[in-house]
Amino acid sequence: MTLLSVRGLRKTFGDNVVLDDVHLDVTAGECVVLIGASGSGKSTLLRCVNLLEQVDDGVIELGGVEITDPRVDADEVRSRMGIVFQAYNLFPHLSVLDNVTLAPRRVHKVPRAEAERSAMTMLDRVGLADKAKARPDDLSGGQQQRVAIARAMVNSPQLLLLDEVTSALDPELVGEVLDLLRDLRADGMTMMLSTHEMGFARHVADTVCFLDGGRILEQGPPDEVLGAPREPRTRQFLSRLVS
Amino acid sequence: MPSASSGAQAPDEAVGAASGGLSGGLSGGPAGGPGGDVWTPSQTELERRAYRRSRTTRSALISAVSTLLVGAVVIWLVTSSEGWPRVQETFFNWDKAVESFPAVLKGLWLNIRIMLICGVAIAVLGLTLAVMRTLKGPIFFPLRLFATAYVDLFRGLPLLLVILLLGFGVPALRLPNVTSAAEVWGGVAITLSYSAYVAEVFRAGIESVHPSQRAASRALGLSHGQTLRHVVLPQAVRRVTPPLMNDLVSLQKDSGLIAVLGVVDAIRAAQIETASDFNYTPYVVAGFLFICLTIPMARLTDHVARKQGWHGAGGTL
Repeated sequence: MTLLSVRGLRKTFGDNVVLDDVHLDVTAGECVVLIGASGSGKSTLLRCVNLLEQVDDGVIELGGVEITDPRVDADEVRSRMGIVFQAYNLFPHLSVLDNVTLAPRRVHKVPRAEAERSAMTMLDRVGLADKAKARPDDLSGGQQQRVAIARAMVNSPQLLLLDEVTSALDPELVGEVLDLLRDLRADGMTMMLSTHEMGFARHVADTVCFLDGGRILEQGPPDEVLGAPREPRTRQFLSRLVS
Repeated sequence: MPSASSGAQAPDEAVGAASGGLSGGLSGGPAGGPGGDVWTPSQTELERRAYRRSRTTRSALISAVSTLLVGAVVIWLVTSSEGWPRVQETFFNWDKAVESFPAVLKGLWLNIRIMLICGVAIAVLGLTLAVMRTLKGPIFFPLRLFATAYVDLFRGLPLLLVILLLGFGVPALRLPNVTSAAEVWGGVAITLSYSAYVAEVFRAGIESVHPSQRAASRALGLSHGQTLRHVVLPQAVRRVTPPLMNDLVSLQKDSGLIAVLGVVDAIRAAQIETASDFNYTPYVVAGFLFICLTIPMARLTDHVARKQGWHGAGGTL
């Protein structure tokens, strides 16, 4: 079953065409990995799906309903998705627990006790139950990013978007975050993520999309796109990564 | 159609444009020449735009109608009340306004002078105090203590008391070669009091600049002072511009307090005009003139802020 469908997506910032005629389907339970150089449009694609950017053309459907329609309640759509940013974007004035319970309590009107119970379950899952009372600034980057993932996951989203979530972390911390994503993947979470971790893409992705100049130049199973790319541009990009 | 002969000379403009569009669509815009955009919005997008436009129009209409309605109701309530003719005569008398205008305007000139001169002095003194309060290290303890005590003292003292104390007290000391002009000592009193408030605004701005900015600057080899001057203060001042504008506007009105020393500002001039017949229109004239000063100032600040691309606290997302 197709959960997310992107057709003919176009996004410009002024004269700069960031996404140009992007087509992409994400099946429920699938893990789609976006790769490509900086500025190729990976982040913008994720932000468009989360309705953080207003698209200039094309259609995005979530569960068969067009969400790019201006008549759609964007807050309701977003409450069914989780997004995790490269720079964590935790709220520094709230404790770890309050970061995680904010949306359940204010958006989904879950009573405090219940929200804190499910938040603790989620924090336990990312291995940070003992940090519930800490402030984000007291945590390491990897811990902050795991809190951010817990914050996105606590609403039981249909789709989890992750935008270069390991780019600001050292290799050891990258490992702890990627392990967590593997777990989520194994539990059947539908994920769409941009990354520069080719090893992770190869092992976890169902589909790899190579973006270049705002287009998906090549997409398919990781073995094909990463192992035997058809496009010269993809080969060039991958060869530079290895060297 | 002769357009099949691609690569040959473009037969005419229309065909040239069409083939350009076709190749652009197929190959994904090689090299992307300037102005070579052949994209046209889809039907869906056109419908979305039309819908957004209609929503914008609708909101504009609703707000316009509701504004007019509320305005009309308020005007009707006031003007239909029993005492309105009397109120209108006392506060909004055109002849009285014209008659008192020159005197009030002359008084306003004093407000403007005090505001301009004190404004500069307050900014300098306030910024100095703020920087003194944010200095770290035991060596600066006396400066921090002084700045803290100063702010505590002058924020706590009523402005009127400071004005009276300096305006009447200093001349009464009969110090040689010291002026006893009310404008000067009144201005000094206002500067002392206001700089305490403004120092706290500046300090809030300085402390809102993220420590990573200082770290980055010190890492480049800039000294503490250079960091303050080139990195911290420019960001701090931008962030506190709106509250500083508040203080400037309030200064403009409080400058009239030095009238207690016997000088004539706009409000005192209005009071004098009122005294002859208990018609309060001159006060309204003074209020109108104050607003005429404030509004352009606020718009100017907004304009400067926008032109410089100030968006308050920065950061990603």
